[in-house]
Amino acid sequence: MTATLIVLAVIMGGVVFWLIRQTLNVQPWAEEGPIGQDHASGPFSVQPAKVGLIVFLAVAASLFSLFVSAYFQRMEFGDWKIAPEPFVLWINTAFLILASVFYQLARNAVIKNQTAQVKSNLLIAGFFTFAFMGGQLWAWQEFHNSGYVLSGNPANAFFYVLTAVHAAHILGGLWVWSRTLFKLQSIVETRKVRTSVELCAIYWHFLLLIWLVLFALLLST
Amino acid sequence: MAIAIILILLVVGSVIFHFMSPWYFTELASNWGDIDTTVTITFIVCGIVFVLANLFMAYCIIKFRNKSKDQRAAYEPENKKLESWLTIITSIGVVAMLAPGLVVWAKFVSPPDDAMIVEAVGQQWQWTFRLPGEDGRLGTVDARKISFQNPFGMNEEDPYGQDDILIPSSELHIPINRPIKFNLRSKDVLHNFTVPQFRVKMDLVPGMITWQWLTPTKLGTYDILCEELCGIAHHAMRGKVVVDDDEQYKAWLSEQKTYAQFASMQPGDAHAGKPLYQACAACHGLEGEGNQALNAPKISGQETWYLEHQLSNFKHGLRGSNPEDTYGQQMAPMAATLVDNAAIKNIAAYIQTLPDNPAPHTINGDVDNGKDLYETCGKCHGKQAQGKWAVNAPRIAGMSDWYLLTQLKNFKHGVRGNHPSDVRGKQMELMVVSLNDETMQDIIAYINSL
Amino acid sequence: MAHVALADKGQELAHPKTWIGAYVWSQDHKVIGIQYIITATLVGLVALALSAMMRLQLGFPGVFDLIQPNEYYSAVTMHGMIMVVFMLTAFFLGGFGNLLIPLMCGARDMAFPYMNMLSFWVYLASVIVLCASFFVPGGATGAGWTLYPPQAITEGSAGSGMGIILMLVSLALFIVAFTMGGLNYITTAFQARTRGMTLMRMPLSVWGIVMATILGLLAFPALLVAAIMMLLDALLGTSFFMPAISDLGEVSSTTGGTPILFQHLFWFFGHPEVYIVALPMFGIASDLISTHARKNIFGYRMMVWAIIAIGGLSFIVWAHHMYVSGMNPYFGFFFATTTLIIAVPTALKVYNWVLTLWQGNIHLNVPMLFAIGFIFTFIHGGITGLFLGNVAVDVPLSDTYFVIGHFHMVMGVSPFLIVFGGMYHWYPKFTGRMLNDTMGKIHFWVTFLGTYAIYLPMHYIGILGVPRRYFAYGSLDSFPDSVHVINTSITIAALIVGTAQLLFIYNLVWSLFKGEKASSNPWRATTLEWQTPDTPPKHGNWGPELPVVHRWAYSYSVPGAREDFIPQTEEPSENTKGDVH
Repeated sequence: MTATLIVLAVIMGGVVFWLIRQTLNVQPWAEEGPIGQDHASGPFSVQPAKVGLIVFLAVAASLFSLFVSAYFQRMEFGDWKIAPEPFVLWINTAFLILASVFYQLARNAVIKNQTAQVKSNLLIAGFFTFAFMGGQLWAWQEFHNSGYVLSGNPANAFFYVLTAVHAAHILGGLWVWSRTLFKLQSIVETRKVRTSVELCAIYWHFLLLIWLVLFALLLST
Repeated sequence: MAIAIILILLVVGSVIFHFMSPWYFTELASNWGDIDTTVTITFIVCGIVFVLANLFMAYCIIKFRNKSKDQRAAYEPENKKLESWLTIITSIGVVAMLAPGLVVWAKFVSPPDDAMIVEAVGQQWQWTFRLPGEDGRLGTVDARKISFQNPFGMNEEDPYGQDDILIPSSELHIPINRPIKFNLRSKDVLHNFTVPQFRVKMDLVPGMITWQWLTPTKLGTYDILCEELCGIAHHAMRGKVVVDDDEQYKAWLSEQKTYAQFASMQPGDAHAGKPLYQACAACHGLEGEGNQALNAPKISGQETWYLEHQLSNFKHGLRGSNPEDTYGQQMAPMAATLVDNAAIKNIAAYIQTLPDNPAPHTINGDVDNGKDLYETCGKCHGKQAQGKWAVNAPRIAGMSDWYLLTQLKNFKHGVRGNHPSDVRGKQMELMVVSLNDETMQDIIAYINSL
Repeated sequence: MAHVALADKGQELAHPKTWIGAYVWSQDHKVIGIQYIITATLVGLVALALSAMMRLQLGFPGVFDLIQPNEYYSAVTMHGMIMVVFMLTAFFLGGFGNLLIPLMCGARDMAFPYMNMLSFWVYLASVIVLCASFFVPGGATGAGWTLYPPQAITEGSAGSGMGIILMLVSLALFIVAFTMGGLNYITTAFQARTRGMTLMRMPLSVWGIVMATILGLLAFPALLVAAIMMLLDALLGTSFFMPAISDLGEVSSTTGGTPILFQHLFWFFGHPEVYIVALPMFGIASDLISTHARKNIFGYRMMVWAIIAIGGLSFIVWAHHMYVSGMNPYFGFFFATTTLIIAVPTALKVYNWVLTLWQGNIHLNVPMLFAIGFIFTFIHGGITGLFLGNVAVDVPLSDTYFVIGHFHMVMGVSPFLIVFGGMYHWYPKFTGRMLNDTMGKIHFWVTFLGTYAIYLPMHYIGILGVPRRYFAYGSLDSFPDSVHVINTSITIAALIVGTAQLLFIYNLVWSLFKGEKASSNPWRATTLEWQTPDTPPKHGNWGPELPVVHRWAYSYSVPGAREDFIPQTEEPSENTKGDVH
């Protein structure tokens, strides 16, 4: 469970560090009046949606780290047979990186209120994401056809499970992506989709990071 | 106010209960007295906290309960000094419990090198055992090799396995005052090897060998209990361990057979069994079809291993010795005429050759209700009631249904299965606890419908 | 800024227009909280009925013939899983979390009301799927609430077909629901607090619930991972957890897997789960004790830090459930040490509750009775935990009735007493009526004394060695016949306690119509939820203006102040002067 503990230690460390800054050396009974940061106007105003997303990313990080921990623990048993990863995964990785880059461009555009750029970058980001998903399916096909079936070996099973769970997260992202695109068609003001574009960009980067970790894990073992 | 008095009474009552209750550790029969000591230390430390904290709370309630309108509480947000002291004292208490615990655990994880090896094999829902034999080494095993002929899953090729002593019974003997390392192996699911008097326990995990060690220090017979939920008959998975002195142990050991001996055993000879069967035919019929008027059930079509086991039980008084078991008492002397194991095997082999025609149905009941109830039965006896050798469950479909009813009643009322050595009968007794006459008939009606 | 709009402007909330919109598809945190509470209570009653059947079997074997072995093991499993996850977790976080966080923080609603509503409906779906498993062929799973493979998915267990699959699906749904709710609780508590409500001014209830939510969000994924892998093992023949076995005589197709891996994943969730229930219980207990003792909670800062420390430590103690599981025995040293360390902050919390009573002005109202009862049962359950956490001491007690006694005291009776105490305490705020006092007192005394009569003897028959999860004992040489006698008396006590819970349910319904009308602040409490302009609070909670907080949550009996409590919203004046030191 080492991998999980490291991830959780980072998350908990962050929480505790933040709490210490907020709470240490405060004697709450000794003060009166509406002190403290005023959320209505203070510098600490992060959008709630962003906080929600960050919390969700922590949850997802915990989930993937647990899979990775399980992977390491299961690997130590004698029946583990290393399987070669399909080459197409490299191409898929490139697709996902491009998707992430274009999402970032869309985010930059939305801040500057450039509607046309937002739309085109979003579409390209979506295209590469779909390309990634298609490529993942291809990889499954290839893996399966080479005789690495799900029940054949735990190494195969982990390959399918890790890629599937990652893809499920991407599907969730694509749902928000499609809603953003739909909204962009019907409304005039680009700033109304600003939050969702910004948050999706973060989410895409996060999923790219997760994928790089998973891919490295699959390659190295 | 009442709450304060009740709290005081509960504290006093708990302490009295602790000292007066008839339930505490069973008498120790191994070297693990240290574990009892750590439990006592924990009781002392925790008991002090329990008594002091609760009495203090009761005192506070009596002293500071609201008595008048003008009463005001004190205002004290915190008291760092007091809090530090409490932290320190608690830490000392924790260390006082932890340190001895870790010392004992260090002993637990280091079995002596000269410990005798005994393998305990768990499966749903019985114990068997294996000893290394003269070479002092256990042969390799593989769960995938487990079959009716090879219930231990022995690896036929392995030379170390040939002299392994197999004990296909749930009763194990061990010598006193010798450290023993139990290697624990499971064939199917998780189990746990526990003898309360030995204090130590450990899970059996399929796919790996776990272990525990102990030195028995007291002669006697003790229960082996499974303490890890292992399916619907978890509570019926029992065994016995007998701590012998050296003489007794040697005598017992000399009666056991090795794997090689088991492997070379001859199956029963139906031809030789035929003349012996003449005595049986008088009641059970020439074709083993049974005769209700004589209370003789159908035996044709029954599995050989089950017939052998029951004949042996009758012969050795494990069955049919209970005075309430009228018909069993009739059978016992008949079985006693079979001179040896070979005769029993030959008869069983002969019965196997008899034509198997389904017995007539004589019992009616609510088939639907029976189907629900059969959910439990079917785990061992099979969905088609065909029986399963692995769990010693005989075939019950197509057999004499009136006989099934009698036997279910016998099990329920302790007429059958209450002999201390009839482990399999005992299991059945523990499975039918909640059946009554009506539900038994429903189950049999369902079996008839299969 | 977006969140300001949400927190400050009532008109931005989606006000319902129909009855269905207001009470069924409601996005109001109070309605959602009540929906959670009702659902959790109903499913809790199912679990209570299951325990009654188990107790009748154990106390009177062969008399009532209610359940067969497969049904007994299903009941054991479902009782445990329902009570821990679908009742207590849902009640504390979904129920109290929803009701209290926005009100205590001074928010109009949760940060994401729509997602909050979805959370409840997915939770309801998970409960329905769970209950459906009683009616599928083979019945509900009988693998024990720990769901250990291989037995969970092999033929020899009850419900090893559809039963276990529905259980895993139901848990997955629950985790989704919990995540949606949890995002709300955390974001609301961190982002939507009103002016002046600094972190250290929050009541401990909010601290407990929020920390428990953090634990839940990080720990539930472990259960999800385990559930996904077990589903694949059961349905598609993978070997994550499944080694080669001989399943009732038939050799399996699986090979090489390790059941221990499941246990690690399960307890990586399972131990924090204990604290997911315990931390809200700690927080609410603190508030009940402080309010009814008319005294500030002793050592507030230490209480906050104890909650945080316990939350953090709870992730590195999981394997103390696995001392005799066959894992590497050397782990025992580490986990025994961490487990006993966690006892220190926990003990400090107990000291601080008792020290809050010291020099207090204790009003023995019904919620206070429950809180005091809780301190007693929690001390009892806590110190028996020290037996089980200490590796060598655990060995003879593991998997015996000692364990049953321990966790029912610490994780059954204690949280339930706080659930009840909390209900008696906050019912007036959310219904406008007081709960009936006489019924409340009967409920308390029967529950408190009855449960002790149930669980105290269990510890001792556990020390004797009586194993848990046995359908019937028959006769065993190791145990005296008196074990049967005490089993019977435990059953009688359990049935009485069970009946008393029906009285509580009756009280909840009766008081809704006939209960004494409650004032807006019947307990004279300081915290924000009692300062709402309406009782029960309307959608949006605060009328036109959000409250402004001027002090911490525990200004009770401040010297020099006119009243023995100063609401958090009261502006500094002559009257409150004593507050500042």
